[in-house]
Amino acid sequence: MNTQADFAAALLDPAHPCPAGLVAWNGSDPASRFAVYRNNVVVSLVDALADTFPVTLATVGDAFFRAMAREFVFAHPPRSPLLSFHGRGFADFVAAFAPAACVPWLADLARLEMLRVEAYHAADAEPLPAAAIAALLADPGRLPGLRLRCHPSAAILRSSWAVHSLWEAHQDDRDPSAVDPCRPEAVLIVRSGFEVATVGLPHAGAAFIAALKRGEHLAAAAQAGQSVDGGFDLALAFATLLHRQMIVAIDSGPGGQDNELHT
Amino acid sequence: MTTMNARPSSVQATALPARAGLGLKPAHFGEILATLPDLGFFEVHAENYMVPGGPFHHALTRIREHYPLSLHGVGLSIGGTGPLDDAHLERLAALLRRYEPQSFSEHLAWASHGGVFLYDLLPLPYTGETLRRVCEHVDAVQEHLGRRMLLENPATYVEFAASSWAEGDFIAEVVRRTGCGLLLDVNNLHVSCVNHGRDALACLDALPLDAVGEIHLAGFAMQQDAAGAPLLIDSHGAPVAQAVWALYDAALERVGAQPTLIERDNDIPPFAVLLAEAKLAERRLSALRTALPPELAA
Repeated sequence: MNTQADFAAALLDPAHPCPAGLVAWNGSDPASRFAVYRNNVVVSLVDALADTFPVTLATVGDAFFRAMAREFVFAHPPRSPLLSFHGRGFADFVAAFAPAACVPWLADLARLEMLRVEAYHAADAEPLPAAAIAALLADPGRLPGLRLRCHPSAAILRSSWAVHSLWEAHQDDRDPSAVDPCRPEAVLIVRSGFEVATVGLPHAGAAFIAALKRGEHLAAAAQAGQSVDGGFDLALAFATLLHRQMIVAIDSGPGGQDNELHT
Repeated sequence: MTTMNARPSSVQATALPARAGLGLKPAHFGEILATLPDLGFFEVHAENYMVPGGPFHHALTRIREHYPLSLHGVGLSIGGTGPLDDAHLERLAALLRRYEPQSFSEHLAWASHGGVFLYDLLPLPYTGETLRRVCEHVDAVQEHLGRRMLLENPATYVEFAASSWAEGDFIAEVVRRTGCGLLLDVNNLHVSCVNHGRDALACLDALPLDAVGEIHLAGFAMQQDAAGAPLLIDSHGAPVAQAVWALYDAALERVGAQPTLIERDNDIPPFAVLLAEAKLAERRLSALRTALPPELAA
């Protein structure tokens, strides 16, 4: 029997017996000593999830969250040595976790919180200076073919639930139960400087930025915005891009990579 | 709290200074950069900085401009039965190139199995087979990274019936075969000796003390085993205990002044509290640095 295989299996399965071959100097039952390892492993992984998903935790309470996180840890033990990203599969797990079904927006709240962690650690990129952007935008003939490259931290979440309002209520210590959760909301998550911003967006604006992130040129991205009901305000969408310093490069060539403009 | 200007010579030095250092915590980035406290070095867990960008790298880059750095790995699984993770080794190599730390250390433990990462430092039996494998892994790490590493003695809660080596002899043999150094974790030594009914000074003397390149001090939590005997948990969540300071004094008598880290990873107090604890180590180290060598003092 491979000692480590047995040890590892017992760590992540509470029903698994204490591994064979363990001893204690005083002849005491090694199972209670082994339990220290099992507890350390599970508690540190659950604590890490609690750090990543504070609003998800606050929504369902500490006991429910920890029980759910334990199930996640057993079902999806980390496959990477980078603990910061163990939460990547958590939202999908929450979505399928039957006891949480009565809080149908919980999975999207978790998605929002994971995107914030991803944005915090995302690659660095210098925003283009406003003057450089203004110069390019000054030539209306070229505008439709431009590709605006967004900051690597930028992400869009479009939810059937009011996840941005719910998340914000938790930040401001307002009563989240005053929020109507059944309103679809779109959220932009982006790091400006060293702070991660979580910004509510009109759905059309979110579709526009999502298209930019896919590498669409401006004309196609604007079309994506206009295809969303409720009206698309290109000037407002641009104001968001500039205010959040999201544009890090503009590609003006047909292939998207030629004639790049950088700082 | 005293402040001082950057000391470029120690920042560029090839070894950590024989002074007290602290683990770098994100909650303290701002205060450290604003006050530049008088400390010998900072230590970071390598895995926390294996992220593409953002505030962690920004802060560490600036702090590195003012302090020597120790890079401490927790995820390489040197004691694992499987092969080393080449991708992880390459991530470590990239961090070493980026930050040029004065020291790189890892643990005599395993942390992953079959592709699953357990985020704990798990114990291994001390046998001829595990000795050979640990030495292979240390050799591979030192070769890949192009530098000597320090190996940390573990805190453990169980022993293995299969073990045929005493821990100190096992570590001494790894050091002898691979040329790696020893990160002497005095708290781990105390914890393991209490947990396994061993004599701490005898265990200290069994370690390859001439290979010590750094010392760790930390706090532990107290539990009991099934027989009611004390079972100490290496929690890094409390101040350094009196018994550990006493064992540190005994270690310093044997190895002289060494770079000494106060480790605190849980229940992290304000930075000033950690700085005051580092001063307790610094006081001992500066007394040693200024004292006459024992043969002259007699």
